[in-house]
Amino acid sequence: MFRPRLIPVLLLKNNALVKSIKFKKHNYIGDPINAVKIFNELKADELVLLDIDATKERRRISEDVVKRVGEEANMPFSVGGGIHSIDDIKTLIACGAEKVILNSYAINNINFLKEASETFGSSTIVLCMDIKKNFFGTKDYVFLNNGRNSSGFEPVMLARLAQEMGVGEVIIQSISRDGTMQGYDINLIKTISDALTIPTVALGGCGKMEDCISVFRNGGANGIAAGSFFVYQGENKGVLINYPSKEDIIKIK
Amino acid sequence: MKIHIVDYGMGNIFSVQKKLLQENIDVSVSSEPKDILNADKVILLGVGHFSKAMDNLNHLSLIEPLNDFALVRKKPILGICLGMQLMAMTSEEGIGRQKGLGWIDASVKKFQTPNSKQFKIPHMGWNNVSLVKDSDLMQNISSKDEFYFVHSFFLQPNEKEIILNETNYIDNFCSGIEKENIFGVQYHPEKSHDAGQTLLKNFISI
Repeated sequence: MFRPRLIPVLLLKNNALVKSIKFKKHNYIGDPINAVKIFNELKADELVLLDIDATKERRRISEDVVKRVGEEANMPFSVGGGIHSIDDIKTLIACGAEKVILNSYAINNINFLKEASETFGSSTIVLCMDIKKNFFGTKDYVFLNNGRNSSGFEPVMLARLAQEMGVGEVIIQSISRDGTMQGYDINLIKTISDALTIPTVALGGCGKMEDCISVFRNGGANGIAAGSFFVYQGENKGVLINYPSKEDIIKIK
Repeated sequence: MKIHIVDYGMGNIFSVQKKLLQENIDVSVSSEPKDILNADKVILLGVGHFSKAMDNLNHLSLIEPLNDFALVRKKPILGICLGMQLMAMTSEEGIGRQKGLGWIDASVKKFQTPNSKQFKIPHMGWNNVSLVKDSDLMQNISSKDEFYFVHSFFLQPNEKEIILNETNYIDNFCSGIEKENIFGVQYHPEKSHDAGQTLLKNFISI
C-alpha cells in the first residue's frame, strides 16, 4: 500500500552537517556521510541534502560530497544549493541524486523550471519554497536567499505556476517553524497541497511522531520532511540520529 | 559474467552501477553499440521523456544492437523505470503517439489525475508489488517488501501472461513484466534498500 514518505533533511554548511533554528543559530551535528550511513541502517525512505550557503557564496553544492552520498545511499535522495543551470543538474544526477531541488535562482528565473522539467522529466525537478509572513505579519510570502529577501510571490501562486511549468514536487518550508519542533504549519501546508495535483512535502516544525501524522491527515502532505526530529533526542536536544521503525511509519495513514 | 548498462544520456546510471559492483561482477557502462553485443546481460534504465529517450537511442545507433540482444540472441535484459516503458509498442508521453522498441505488446499510459486529493501525480514513494507469477527475478522477495517508485506514466500490457508484478495506486497497474529473457520493473531496485539489492542479485544469477 502506498504511504507517505518520511524524509530527513540534512543541511550542509562548509560541508559539515548543521541544524538551524528559524534559518539561524546553526548547530554542528556531524559528518554528512556518516549520517547517510546511519540512515541507511535505519532504512530511511528518502534523504534531502541542502547546501545552505551555496547561493550566497555563488557556487553549487559540492559535487564531491554529493558523489560520496551517492556511493553510500541505499535510498533515493535529492540535493539542492546554488543550482542555476542545466549543466548543474546533469552533474548532480550523474553523482547519483534522484532529484534536484531548485530555489532562489529558479524563483527569480521562472522559465528555468520549465527548461529543467522538460530536459530531465518532471519527477526529477523539485521546487523548495521557503515561506514566512511579511514584515507586517499579515500575509505569507516565498522568500529567497536563505530567508533574507521576499520574492514577492504568494505561496499558492508560485506553487501553481511551478506545477504548470512541469515541476514534479514542491517542498513547503515554514521558516518561522524551522528548528522549533513545535509542529508543522498545517494551514499553510493544506492550502498549498489542496491547490496542487503534484505531491507536496511538508518541512519545518516537526518535533514528534504525532506531528507527522497530523500533517499527513490534516495537511495533505505526501512527504513528511524534518531536520531536528531526526537528529536530536530528548528534552536537552542531544545529537542522536534516529528514525522511526517501519511499524510506526505504517501507522501514518 | 559481464553486465552492460546502456548509457544514452537519460538517468541515474551511477546508482545502478554502484549496486551491481557491490556484487563483485564485471560492469560496463557506455553508449557503444558493440558493448551491448559483448555483454552477457544488459540493463536499460532511464528517467525522463519517452520520446527523448527513443530519439537518443536512435541517434546513438543503439536500437539495432538492443533488438539483436533481446530478440535474436535472447539474452537477459532488465529495463528499469523508463527503461521498461521503452520496451512497449507506444507511449502517450510526447506529442502524438510515440513508438517504442515494441518488444512487448503493451502501451504506456498517463495516470489520470483523480478528483481525490489522496493521489498526486507523479506516483512518488514506497509501495508494495504483488507477485503475479513465479519468477527467478523475484526470489526471496515478498509482497510485503516495499520498493521506491517515481513515475507519471505506467505500462499497460495487452498480453496478461507477461505481468510479473502489480501495484496499487489509484488503481492496480502493472509494475513489473517478464517475457522469456525480457524483464522490466517500474520501480527502482537500486534505490530500494535490501529488497532492491536482492532483485539485482537475482538478475545477476539468472
